[in-house]
Amino acid sequence: MGPRLALMLKDAGLTAFVAAALGIFIVGFRTVDLGGGKGLGFDYHLVDLAVAVVVIFIGRLGLSMAANGLRWPAIVLGVAMIVAGASPMKLPSGFLHWFVALGGVLLVIRAIWPWANDAIGAVSRTPSGVALGKAGSKWFGWLLLAAAVLMPFSPFADQKTMDLGVLILTYVMLGWGLNIVVGLAGLLDLGYVAFYAVGAYAYALLSTQYGLGFWTVLPLAGMMAALFGIMLGFPVLRLRGDYLAIVTLGFGEIIRLVLLNWFDLTNGPAGIGSIPGPTLFGAVFAETPPPGKQTVSEMLGIAFNGNHRLIFLYYIILGLALITNLFTQRMRRLPVGRAWEALREDETACQALGINPTNTKLTAFAIGAMFAGFAGSFFAAKQRFISPESFVFIESAIILAIVVLGGMGSQIGVVLAAVLLIGLPEWFRDLGNYRMLAFGLAMVLIMVFKPRGLVSHREPSIRLHPAGSGGGG
Amino acid sequence: MTAPQVTEPLIEVEHLTMRFGGLVAIDDVSFTARSHSITAVIGPNGAGKTTVFNCITGFYKPTIGRLTLRGAGGEFLLERMRGHEIGQKARVARTFQNIRLFPGMTVLENLMVAQHNKLMRASGWSLLGLLGAASFQRAEAAAVELARLWLERIGLVADADRPAGELPYGAQRRLEIARAMCTEPVLLCLDEPAAGLNPRESAELNQLLVSIRDRDGIGVLLIEHDMSVVMNISDHIVVLDYGRKIAEGDPLAVRSDPAVIRAYLGTDEEAIDG
Repeated sequence: MGPRLALMLKDAGLTAFVAAALGIFIVGFRTVDLGGGKGLGFDYHLVDLAVAVVVIFIGRLGLSMAANGLRWPAIVLGVAMIVAGASPMKLPSGFLHWFVALGGVLLVIRAIWPWANDAIGAVSRTPSGVALGKAGSKWFGWLLLAAAVLMPFSPFADQKTMDLGVLILTYVMLGWGLNIVVGLAGLLDLGYVAFYAVGAYAYALLSTQYGLGFWTVLPLAGMMAALFGIMLGFPVLRLRGDYLAIVTLGFGEIIRLVLLNWFDLTNGPAGIGSIPGPTLFGAVFAETPPPGKQTVSEMLGIAFNGNHRLIFLYYIILGLALITNLFTQRMRRLPVGRAWEALREDETACQALGINPTNTKLTAFAIGAMFAGFAGSFFAAKQRFISPESFVFIESAIILAIVVLGGMGSQIGVVLAAVLLIGLPEWFRDLGNYRMLAFGLAMVLIMVFKPRGLVSHREPSIRLHPAGSGGGG
Repeated sequence: MTAPQVTEPLIEVEHLTMRFGGLVAIDDVSFTARSHSITAVIGPNGAGKTTVFNCITGFYKPTIGRLTLRGAGGEFLLERMRGHEIGQKARVARTFQNIRLFPGMTVLENLMVAQHNKLMRASGWSLLGLLGAASFQRAEAAAVELARLWLERIGLVADADRPAGELPYGAQRRLEIARAMCTEPVLLCLDEPAAGLNPRESAELNQLLVSIRDRDGIGVLLIEHDMSVVMNISDHIVVLDYGRKIAEGDPLAVRSDPAVIRAYLGTDEEAIDG
C-alpha cells in the first residue's frame, strides 16, 4: 500500500509539474497594452493556474487510484471536485468551475465504470433483463416520438427550447437523409450541405421572385436538389471511397462559391431576405395581416401569440423528418435498399450478380439529395433570411458526424447523435468558446466507448424465421 | 459420371487473348463448355485460369477473341457487354477465389440481393413496392421460397437470419454458390470452390455441383486445384499452362496426357533426351 501510494503521488506530481510548466505561458500571464504610450505590461493569472494545477494533481491521483482498484478514495476525490466546482466558492473564472466539476464527474465515472459494466452485464444476462432489453429497443423509438409530439405542450417549452427543438429536428432530418447515402449505400459524401443550399435557395428565389408559397415550392425544391444529385453523381459515382469523398467535398465548395459570386441571381454574400414563412391553409403567422391575407389567429379566432409560429414550424419539421424516416425504412426493405447495402458491403460481388452499380448508387444519391432539398427549403422558410454563410463545409461535417456517431445505417442512432451533437453545444453555451471543447470531448468519448456508433445493432431487412424464435440469433 | 441429358454448346471461347502491357496472360485459347455438364479449367499457378474467368464474366475486356454464349435468352457476345449486363442479361453467374459475400447482411438477404433484377421489375422500380402492391408481395414471397429451397440444398436453413460473415468457412463457400444459383444462371463459373475445404466438405461440394448439373441442367465452368474434385465430377477438362491451352479432353485422357504431366511435374533431362 505504502510504496504504491508513493508511486501514485510521484506520478501525479510529475503530471502537475508538466501542466504547470506548459500552463505558465498559456494561462499564467498575458501581455496587455497599458495605454497612453506606456507600452506593454503583464496581466498575471497565477491563481487560475494554481487552481488548475491543483485540480490536475488531484484528478491524476484519482485516475491512478481508480486504475489500481482503489475505487472509494477515487470516488471521494471526484465528489470533492464536483462539490468544489458547484459550490458558491469564488474561483477566478466561470470556466474553472466547469473544469473542476466536469473533471470530478469524469473521475467518478471512471471509478465506478468497472462496477457499472459488471452490473449492466449481469442484469442483461438474466431472462427478465433480456426481455427488458428487447422491449426497450422496441418501444424506445415510440417513446421518443411521443415525447417529440408532446414537447410543445410541456411546461418547459419556452421559446429557447422550441428553437433548439426545431434546430435538432432539422439535423435529425438531414442525418436521416445522409444516412441513405453514407449509412446504407456506403458512399462517403462530404458535400451534402450543397443539396441543402440548393433547396434553400430554390425556395428563397421562387418565393421572393415569383411569389410561390412554401407548400408549392417544397416538392419543387426536393426535385431540384435530386436533379443536382444526379448531375453530380452521374460523372463521379464510378469513383470509390476517398476519391468520391474529395469530389463531393469540392462540389460542396463549388455550390457555395457560385452562390457567393453569382450576384445577379443570389445577391451574393448579402444573401436573400424577407422570405415568406410557411402558411397554414393560406393564413400567415403575423400580428397584422399583409394586404389580401388572413392571419392564423384571425382564422382560428384565438389571441395572437408569437410562439404559435414556432410551434407550427416545429410540427412541420417533425412531419418532414418522420416522412424521411418512414421512406427510408420502407426503402430498406425493398430490393433497391438491399442493393444499396450490398453495394456498401462489396461492389464487385454486386456486379457479378448483375446489379448495375452506377444506377443503384445514383438512386441513393438522388434520394439523399432530395431530402436535403426539403430540409433546405424549410430552413429558408424558418430563417426568412439565407446567405452562403449558412452552407459552409462545417455543416456537412456535423451532419456526417451525426451519421457516423449514431452508428452507420441506424435511424435511432441518428436521433441520439443529433441531440448530443446539436443539443449539447447549445446547452453548454455558458462555456463560451470552450463549448467546442465539450463537442470534441463528446466525440472522443463515443469513439472510445462505442467505436461502431451509439447504435451498432442492425435489424435484418427480411427474416425467414420470425424474430425471437431462436433460429440463429 | 456422365450426365444423362443431351448437352449443347453453351459458351464458345474463340482465340481468347489477354495482354497486360507486355505480359501475355492468355494466348489464343479456344474451348467450348456445354450445358448439362461440368467443364474444369486446370493448370499450374499463374497459368491464366482466373484471367479466363474474368474475361468471361466481364471483369476484364479481352484484347482479342470472341466469347459467344448461347443461352435460353438467345445469343450474346460477352466481350461486348458491360460488366453487370453479363449477369443480368446473358445470365452468367460466378463465385470468387477469396469469398465475396455481403458479410454484414444475413444469409437470406444475400440470397435476396441475388434476385435483385427480377425483384426490381416486380417492385415497379420501387414505386409499386413503396405502395405495398400485392403483385410485389407475391414476387417477394416467391423469391424467399427460392432462397429457402437453396438453403435446404446447402443445409443452412437454420442459419438464414444470421449475418453471412459469422458462418464457418465451408458454409460461406456453399452460400456463395447458392447465391450465384439464385440469379438463375445458364452458366455458373466457380473459381476454386474447394479451396480451404477439408475432405468431407470437398465431398459435399462434389455432390452439390453434380446436383446442380443434373437437376438444374445448367453448364458449370470450374477452376480447381483439388484433383479429387476435378477428376471425380468433370465431364470435360481444359488444361492451361503459361496462358496457352496444352490439352483438352475427358478426365481419363487428360490424366495420361504427357503435356499435362510435364506441366505439373516438370521435365527431367531424361525425358527431354528421350
